[in-house]
Amino acid sequence: MRKHVDLLFQIVSLTTLIVALAALGALVYDIFTDGASRLSWTFLTNIASRNADEAGVYHALMGSIWVIALTGALALPVGVAAAIYLEEYGTRSRIARFIELNISNLAAVPSIIYGLLGLGLFVRLMGMGQSVMAGAATLALLALPVVILSTREALRTVPGTIREGSYALGATKWQTIWNQVLPMALPGILTGLILSLSRAIGETAPLITIGALTYIPFAPDSVWSKFTVLPIQIFNWVSRPQAEFKTNAAAGILVLLALLLTMNAVAIIARDRSQRQGRA
Amino acid sequence: MTLSPTVPSLSGIAKRAGQSAASLHTPLKIDVDRLNFYYGEKRALDGISIQIRSNLVTAFIGPSGCGKSTFLRTLNRMNDIIPGTRVEGKVEIDGQSIYDSGVDVVALRRRVGMVFQKSNPFPKSIFENIAYGLRINGLTKSKAEMAERVEESLRQAAIWDEVKDRLQESALALSGGQQQRLCIARALAIRPEILLMDEPASALDPIATQRIEELIYDLKKTYTIVIVTHNMQQAARVSDFTAFFWLGRLVEFDRTDKMFTAPAEKLTEDYVTGRCG
Amino acid sequence: MSTRTLEWIIERLLFLCAALSVLTTAGIIGVLALETYEFLREVPLLDFLTGTEWTPLFANQRFGVLPLVVGTMLVSAIAMVVALPMGLLTAIYLSEYSPSGLRRVVKPILEILAGVPTVVYGYFALTFVTPLLQQFLPGLSGFNALSPGLVMGLMILPLVSSLSEDAMRAVPRGLREGSYALGATRMQTALSVVVPAAFSGITAAFILAVSRAIGETMIVAIAAGQQPRLTGNPFVPIETMTAYIVQVSLGDTPQGTIEYRTIFAVGMLLFVMTFGLNLISTWLRERFREEYA
Repeated sequence: MRKHVDLLFQIVSLTTLIVALAALGALVYDIFTDGASRLSWTFLTNIASRNADEAGVYHALMGSIWVIALTGALALPVGVAAAIYLEEYGTRSRIARFIELNISNLAAVPSIIYGLLGLGLFVRLMGMGQSVMAGAATLALLALPVVILSTREALRTVPGTIREGSYALGATKWQTIWNQVLPMALPGILTGLILSLSRAIGETAPLITIGALTYIPFAPDSVWSKFTVLPIQIFNWVSRPQAEFKTNAAAGILVLLALLLTMNAVAIIARDRSQRQGRA
Repeated sequence: MTLSPTVPSLSGIAKRAGQSAASLHTPLKIDVDRLNFYYGEKRALDGISIQIRSNLVTAFIGPSGCGKSTFLRTLNRMNDIIPGTRVEGKVEIDGQSIYDSGVDVVALRRRVGMVFQKSNPFPKSIFENIAYGLRINGLTKSKAEMAERVEESLRQAAIWDEVKDRLQESALALSGGQQQRLCIARALAIRPEILLMDEPASALDPIATQRIEELIYDLKKTYTIVIVTHNMQQAARVSDFTAFFWLGRLVEFDRTDKMFTAPAEKLTEDYVTGRCG
Repeated sequence: MSTRTLEWIIERLLFLCAALSVLTTAGIIGVLALETYEFLREVPLLDFLTGTEWTPLFANQRFGVLPLVVGTMLVSAIAMVVALPMGLLTAIYLSEYSPSGLRRVVKPILEILAGVPTVVYGYFALTFVTPLLQQFLPGLSGFNALSPGLVMGLMILPLVSSLSEDAMRAVPRGLREGSYALGATRMQTALSVVVPAAFSGITAAFILAVSRAIGETMIVAIAAGQQPRLTGNPFVPIETMTAYIVQVSLGDTPQGTIEYRTIFAVGMLLFVMTFGLNLISTWLRERFREEYA
C-alpha cells in the first residue's frame, strides 16, 4: 500500500514538472507561430510607424544596444572595483559586512523601484533627462549586485598560492591584484557581466518609469538622446488592440529572444573556454 | 653525548659535507631574539632565539606542525597576510629590526626572497614569470636589460639550457622539478640577499631533488640561505647549521656536523635517530 | 607619488565603489521618502492606506490605495497557488528522487523559465492564456487577474524550486538514512523528515517568492488591466501597484503635481512591503544556515 502511495507521489511530482515544461513549450510555440511570419530583413531595418505593416524594430533594437553597451561600461568597472574591495581588502570588517548586507537586499528590490530612483535622481535631480544615459545608469545600478557577486566568485577561484608568490617578490597588494589576480579571474568576470547584461536587456519597467518613450521613430545618436528599447516596443505593440500589432509584438519577441540566446551562448562558450585554458 | 653507531649514515654525511670551523664564522645576517608568534590567541612560536650567518645554509628541521615553516615566514613577514597574527620579540636583519612600525614590508621582501613548498609559477610565460619581479620593482630600464636579467637568473637556477628556446611558452607546461627551479629563478631575479626555502624539494623526485640540492650548494656563495626540510638526510647533506624545532620551541641550534653526530639535547638525539617525531 | 600613497588612494577608490551600494539604498529611500512626504502633506496617511477608491487621474480625485494593494494581492495569491506547491514538488522530486541525468536536463530548463523577459510572459498571458481560459470560463474578461496570476506563477516556479532544493540538500544525509533504515519510503522520508528539517529554508524561499510576485510589473501591466477595483473576483480587470506606476509613467504627468507624487507614494508602499518580506526571508535563511552549517 505504502509503495503505491510513494509511486503516486512520484507520478504527481513528475507530472508537475511536465506541466511546467509543457507551459514553456506552449509559450515558445505560441510566439513562434504568431510572429515568425512577420520576421524579415525589413522588419529589422524599419523604424516605428503607426502603420503596422510598415513598422519595424530598428529604432528599438538600436536603443537596446546603446543602452546595454553603456550599462555594461558603467557597471563593469564599478562592480569589479566593489568586488575587489570586498574580496581582497575589506573582508570581515563590520563596514564590509554592512555593505554586503546592502548588496544582497538590493538584489531583491523590484526593478520598478530602481526606475523610480532613476527618475528622481538621474532624470530630474542630476538633469540627465529621459536619455540613454539615464536609462543606462539606472540599469547599471540594477545590474550591480549580480556583477559584484559573480566577480567575487571569479576572484575566489584564483589560488592563494599565486597571491603569495607575488607578495614574496615584493609586490604590493594592488600590484598583485592588477597583474596576477584580475587577469586570472577575467573570464569569470566577463561571463558574469554578459549574463547580467542579458537580464538587463529584457528589462522594461524601470526604463518606462524613467521616461523611455513608447513612440520614438529614430535610433539614438548620442547618450543624451531620448530612446526606446526592444521590450518597450513590444509592450507598445501588444497593448494595441489590432491583430497586426500583436503579430509585430510576437516578431519583436523573437528578435529579443534571439538576442538573449546569442548573449547567453557567448557567455557559456567563454566560460567553457576559460575553464579549459585553466587546466592547461 | 655521542650518537651510537646505529646511525652512521647521518653523521657520515654531515662529516663529509661539513666545512672547517673557521669558514663557518661569517658575519651575522639575521638575529632573532625571543620571538613569540601568535595565531589569534594561540601561541605558535615560543621564545625563539637564533643567529643566522651570511653565505651559509641554515636548515630548520622538526616534525610536522612544529612551527618551522611559520618561523621561516616571520623572516620576510609573509605572515602579515594572514589576519589575526601577532609577533613579539625582535627580528633583525643586518642590525635593523624588521618589525618596527614604519618598516617598508615591500622593500623587505625584495631583500628576503622566498621559494614555496609547492611550486607556484604564475599562469604566464616563462619569461613573464621572471620579468614580473623585475618589472614591479622597477629594476630594469630597458628591454635589453630585462632580457639579460631573465637569462642571468635562469642560469643561476640551472634551468637556462632547458628553457632558452621556449621562453614564451606557458610556465605551466614545465615538469614539477622544472617549475620549482623556475620559482627559484624568479626569486633570484630580484637579487635578494637572503633566500628562504620552504621544503623546496618535498614534492619532487630524487633526481630533481638532487639538482636542487646542488643548486643550493652553489647559491650559498652569493646568498644566505635558510631551508626548511623534513628530510634529515637532506639537512645533513646541504646545510652548515641546523636548528631543531619541537612544538613551537627551538630545542637546539648548532653546526650541522655536530648536530648529527653529538647533539647536546636528548630530544634532538631521539628525533635525529628516529626514535620520535 | 610614492607607492604607499598610490596604494592608499586605490584602496579608497575601491571602497567608494563598494560603498555605492549603501548610497543606492539611501538613494532609493531618499527619493521615495521625499516625494511621499510631499504627497502626505496633501493626502492624510490614513486616507491613503485605508481608502477604498483610487482615482488620482480623474477629475474627482480619491487617494485610497487599497484597490491597488488588493489587486496586487489577488494576482500574487493566484501566482503563489501555482508556484508554491508546484515548485516544492519539483524541488522534492529533484532533490530526493530524480536520477542525475534528469537533473542535468531539467535544471537548465528551469533556468530558462526564470530567464524569459517578463514582457514575453505578459504577451503570453494576454494572447494565449486568456483566450484559452475564456473557452472554459465564458465570464472571463479580456483583462483579468487569473491569467497573469497563472503565468506569474509559472515564472516564479523556478525560484521556489531552486531555493527549496538548496534548503533540502543542506539537510544532512544522516537524517534521511535514519529514516530509510526504519523502512520508510522516499515519499515518507521526504515529507516527514526532509521537508520539516528544511522548513525555515523553504519558508524563506516562499517569502522571497511572494516578494517577487508583488514587485512584478510587466505581466500585470499587459494582461491585468488598468481598473483599480476592490474585489476578490479574478475574472475582472484590476490594477496592481506596479501597473499603476507604469500607467502614469507612460503619460505626460508633469513633475511636482500630486499625480506625479502618487507613483512615489505607491512605490514607497511597494518598497516597504517587499523590503520587509526580504528581511524576514534573509533572517529565516540565516537561522536555517546556523542549524545546519
